[in-house]
Amino acid sequence: MKEDFLVPRIGHAVRETVPRMGMAARFLVSSLTAPVRRDFSFRQWLRQIFGLGVLSLALMVVAAFFTGMVLGFQGYYALVRFGATSALGTLIALSLLRELGPVLTALLFAGRAGSALTAEIGSMKATEQLDAMEMMAVNPLAWVVAPRLWGGIFAVPILCTIFDLVGIFGGYLVSVPILGVDGGTFWAQMQANVSFHGDILNGLIKAACFGLVVTWIATWQGFSAHPTAEGVGSATTRSVVMASLAVLGLDFILTALLF
Amino acid sequence: MSTADLVQVGGLHFARGSHAVLDGVSLRVPRGSIVSVMGASGGGKTTLLNLVAGRLRPDSGQILVDGLDPSGIARQDLYRLRQRMGMLFQHSALFTDLTVFENVAFPLRRHFRLPEPLLRKLVLMKLEAVGLRGAADLTPAELSGGMARRVALARAVVMDPHLILYDEPFTGLDPISIGIIATLVRRLNDALGASSIVVSHDVHETFAIADYGYILAGGKIIAEGTPEELRASDSPLAQQFLSGRPDGPVPFHYPATEDFAAAMGIPMETREAPRP
Amino acid sequence: MNQRSIDWWVGIFVLLGIVALAVLALRVGNLAGFTYGRGYVLHASFSNVGSLKTRSPVKIGGVTIGEVTDIQMNPKTFMAEVTMRISPRIRLPADTGASIYTAGLLGEQYISIQPGGMPQVLSPGATITMTQGAVNIDQLIGQMVFSKASGTSAGH
Repeated sequence: MKEDFLVPRIGHAVRETVPRMGMAARFLVSSLTAPVRRDFSFRQWLRQIFGLGVLSLALMVVAAFFTGMVLGFQGYYALVRFGATSALGTLIALSLLRELGPVLTALLFAGRAGSALTAEIGSMKATEQLDAMEMMAVNPLAWVVAPRLWGGIFAVPILCTIFDLVGIFGGYLVSVPILGVDGGTFWAQMQANVSFHGDILNGLIKAACFGLVVTWIATWQGFSAHPTAEGVGSATTRSVVMASLAVLGLDFILTALLF
Repeated sequence: MSTADLVQVGGLHFARGSHAVLDGVSLRVPRGSIVSVMGASGGGKTTLLNLVAGRLRPDSGQILVDGLDPSGIARQDLYRLRQRMGMLFQHSALFTDLTVFENVAFPLRRHFRLPEPLLRKLVLMKLEAVGLRGAADLTPAELSGGMARRVALARAVVMDPHLILYDEPFTGLDPISIGIIATLVRRLNDALGASSIVVSHDVHETFAIADYGYILAGGKIIAEGTPEELRASDSPLAQQFLSGRPDGPVPFHYPATEDFAAAMGIPMETREAPRP
Repeated sequence: MNQRSIDWWVGIFVLLGIVALAVLALRVGNLAGFTYGRGYVLHASFSNVGSLKTRSPVKIGGVTIGEVTDIQMNPKTFMAEVTMRISPRIRLPADTGASIYTAGLLGEQYISIQPGGMPQVLSPGATITMTQGAVNIDQLIGQMVFSKASGTSAGH
């Protein structure tokens, strides 16, 4: 069988993948530029910020709280050996602001909101809703995809800010009242070493990039899903897996560029 | 311009890969009439509708809708053309996150800035026409299949289209709903002065409302005429389709590479002689 | 969910984000440069400041009383000129000394103030003259190894 050879298989995979990536890129550009073309519904955008952001808030707060507390414990046991527990506040804040905040927010967002986006758009496709829209001379990229993309870009940094703050508070609760680190030192060391531009803002830039990538992958997977129940299901799985890997890969690149 | 035909299709070819879905199809839809396109499932009927709607581009051949070629014009012009088209989808395709009222109002809201009282009147008029004014505040999930189809019909005609496309309007409905939809298709077509293309495999219901019919098989038009002419057609393929016989020019057996006896492992000497 | 309550929730969400960002900026980040903003300024020159940097704490007996606001190299003396801001409640005697210490083995460096006994106090803008720079651990280890080695060889 010809298909069993490696080279034709790679060739086939490339022939399949490259046009798909081109289509995904065109999909992204024409959706992102919808507000510029005035083909954009502000109300739909707010609706998506609600669906993607507000409804993910509780999950983020709980996750952030535990993440911060674990960081407090682990950081303490690592630092106490060197008598450097005064650096605990710095450790917690920098870990959260630079890496854990944006990355965990994005991963949780991909699991909670991204999968829902793919399933929603996929089932709109399966039930011909997108076709119906197209036939009513309404561009689904502008009406359906653009508000979701912009909603993600907007909601994820806000979620990340709240994640950072709640995480630091969780870390504080473990460090100061439970483990007995001096509270003044905790905050003073943190303030001395955290830079607003270098750490906080760059972390939020990361979060916005992740928000874009996760919603892009989620909406694209929904949009290009096979229009059956099975197709939507596998697109949802693919969306979460691809979005999570993309977040981790992109994190490496952004960390190298920003910090 | 006002030629007698709203839609003209000539020598249409369309292929998916090596499989020719449409192989030289020509048809025309006179203004004010209901034209039905019938054929077995997978026979290219929906593809034909998508080509007329400009959602697919033909490999060759010509389509003219109101004097415009849907596949050859810019996107804005195509969208302007589609504002004068309505389409009823097989699965109704109602927006599940909107109420019945908002579903019908959707095209109006997206294309015009109407004062709310006027919009309300327009929408309720269309809902009244399909007999569902009372269901305006329900969500699509609360509707039966027949009601959903009627709401979708109201939505398809809310912009007062010149051309209404029906993709399998009777599929999956109970007999009463089929009767209602069939009556509505005819009534709306005449009330709006529109023209309609009904794509269906339900011979009986379609013949009851159509002015003219085409039978599509294997990507070609095998018969055309008024319902009476089609019933009297001498094409064996058309007759098999219209009377629903299991075997005929369209074979019951999907082609297999080896014959049945060999596949079952029956020894050569015990086999019967092949039937003529 | 009607549009009005969505508007409300999104508004609250955005507001929460802004508040969180403000708290992060002021409480966690160093955008809040005004913790000791009303304090007075002192100067000190060190031969070596180690990894001391702006916003490093200034302490007496472990209690933070101020922070470093600026570190410059004096091109004439080749000494590091450190400017610090001290809480206005603390009045330091004129013979006060300043040293750069490290908190723990790997901790942050800070300025430790050793108050003197003179009745006159350092006025704002004054310079602390008795200073001891950061101890270089490499140097310290090197010295120890060297003295140990020379000690052993002397024994023979």
